[in-house]
Amino acid sequence: MTLPNDTANIAETATPDASAFLRLEKTGKNFGQNIVLDNVSLSLDRGQTMAIIGPSAAGKSVLLKCLAGVYEIDRGEILIAGKNVADKADGNQGHWTDKIGMLFQQNALFDSLPVWQNVCFQLIENGSLKGKQARDKAVELLGLVGLDADSSILRPSDLSGGMQKRVGIARAIANDPEILLLDNPTAGLDPVLSNHIENMIETIAKKRMTTVITVTNDMTIARTRYDFLTMMHEGRVYWSGPRDQIDHAKNPHLAQMLSGSSQGPISMRTQNRGQHLVA
Amino acid sequence: MSKTQKAPGGVRSKGLTDYLNDENVRAVIYQIVAIALVILAGWYLVSNTLANLERQNISTGYGFLNLEASFGISESMIDYTPQSNYATALMVGFLNTVKVAFLGIILCTIIGTIFGVARLSSNWIVRKLATVYVETFRNIPVLLQLFFWYAIIPNAFPAARNAFQPLPDVLLTNRGMYIPVPVADNAYDFMGIAAIIAFIVIYFINKWATKRLDATGQPFPIVWASLGIFFGLVLIAYLIGGAPTAMDIPALKGFNIQGGYNISPEFMSVLIGLTIYTSTYVAEVVRSGIQAVPTGQWEAAESLGLKRSIALRKIILPQSMRVAIPPLTNQYLNLTKNSSLAVAVGYPDLVSVSNTTMNQTGQAIEAISIYMAVYLGLSLTTSLFMNWFNKKMALVER
Repeated sequence: MTLPNDTANIAETATPDASAFLRLEKTGKNFGQNIVLDNVSLSLDRGQTMAIIGPSAAGKSVLLKCLAGVYEIDRGEILIAGKNVADKADGNQGHWTDKIGMLFQQNALFDSLPVWQNVCFQLIENGSLKGKQARDKAVELLGLVGLDADSSILRPSDLSGGMQKRVGIARAIANDPEILLLDNPTAGLDPVLSNHIENMIETIAKKRMTTVITVTNDMTIARTRYDFLTMMHEGRVYWSGPRDQIDHAKNPHLAQMLSGSSQGPISMRTQNRGQHLVA
Repeated sequence: MSKTQKAPGGVRSKGLTDYLNDENVRAVIYQIVAIALVILAGWYLVSNTLANLERQNISTGYGFLNLEASFGISESMIDYTPQSNYATALMVGFLNTVKVAFLGIILCTIIGTIFGVARLSSNWIVRKLATVYVETFRNIPVLLQLFFWYAIIPNAFPAARNAFQPLPDVLLTNRGMYIPVPVADNAYDFMGIAAIIAFIVIYFINKWATKRLDATGQPFPIVWASLGIFFGLVLIAYLIGGAPTAMDIPALKGFNIQGGYNISPEFMSVLIGLTIYTSTYVAEVVRSGIQAVPTGQWEAAESLGLKRSIALRKIILPQSMRVAIPPLTNQYLNLTKNSSLAVAVGYPDLVSVSNTTMNQTGQAIEAISIYMAVYLGLSLTTSLFMNWFNKKMALVER
């Protein structure tokens, strides 16, 4: 990870680490006329973790969905282990999602399936596990996230918010991903459970040398638990760097975000962006 | 002012105005008055009707059902002659109604689902064609559509002499379509019973397989097993019944076609009209059901690298059922009730037969009470079944 340009209004990694495991090179994404991601460049090595912070409508979730292959990017490159996975012509799209696990903001568990099939759906559908094996694997994964075997036959709708999060995480790690993307894993959870979930993610990631990118609104968690911190605003990266640099940062956007002050360069007026009004 | 003020610590005795100002007392009084008015109105209507009927020498009651009907019915699923009684005639009408409603419900579900999915197609032509279909047929009154089909069908085909033969032994004429059917035999009764047994067995095997899948993860080839049980049992029943092969084949005799099973132009008009009309509504129900599933479900499926077809079949459609079943029930009920319009094109449904009965006997109140009760019963049965199905399919909202 290279040091960000602290004084510039828009910080970029000055010399992108060419050897990094995961790299975004000037990635851009549009929704119609709106530019939702603009020139996003980031890099992370295996086993490193990064928290992405920023006000709402900053493009944090879109960035994760682009990484997960839900959205196609319009500009730039996404490189995993040196390979441009966003290049459609290359024919490596199919294998891309095998390397990535994602937890969605609203969990997006499949209501039509019991918990254990939710967890192992990908493994069952791609034929790597069958019948009893798949179920045993699901129970094992549920154990990792602190759920007992009895919960495996419940429906997602029978679970509490915290349990749903756990199932979401179990589903995200089911295929032993090299990159784990977590969209607000602790949103709406109490502080004790938040800490527990973050501990769990840390343990799992450490054990498997997983690269973790987490979108979070919890500044304490962002600055104490993650190796790197990236601040996004209006689709752009405003600051990015290792966590011990945060307090030395002079970036006014980052300072406002960390303090949560209503005074500063980040304006919270609603504005019309194409068809949607964003806060 | 001073009257309503209570002396400190003193209790004032209650007068009549206090009672009338009491909300609870007033509520009871209003209810008593309302019920009394309803009873009075009902008594007035009933006594007048009875008096009028007596003046016209029409006896009330359902005794007429045992009298000879002495009118012909063009098509019947049971044995019927003009010598049969009115009860049998009404039964014929009832079965004709059930036949057209049952087939209509099945067909409109299939056609509606196809057009509902087509309206969400990524193919521009498919999407627009489906939109034109839906917007055309749902915006023309269903009665006019029945007239339309009844004007088209008898005129589109040749007379019996020059019957058009699209398939061997299938004849299309201006008197409807004639298809060959097996000659009645006990074996077919056995097969019907076998089919019912097969459905029950399949239902329980399905239940057991789901339970086992959840408990052990062991999947069960439920589709193949179901097909095997169904065709196996029916085939065994056919063989036990002596494996009859005689067929009743339609053929031209004189000026008319004899033999085979006749699908009348009236029946075709009603079935096609109701099916097309209702299928447009079913298409909209299916479309809204699919669109009601949160986009997050599509995105989650995509992040797992699932094909769109698998996501649609295993994740999206089961969840859209939750939204679609209640409005689908409405459409089934509408189709059943709209089938009473069959009288307009001369299809002998329950209303048509009841009208004839009414005209011949003058027992209007009784005849109308019968068909109202029957439609209510049919609709409630459909509702009950669909509510049960809904409970089975419904997923609890998060």
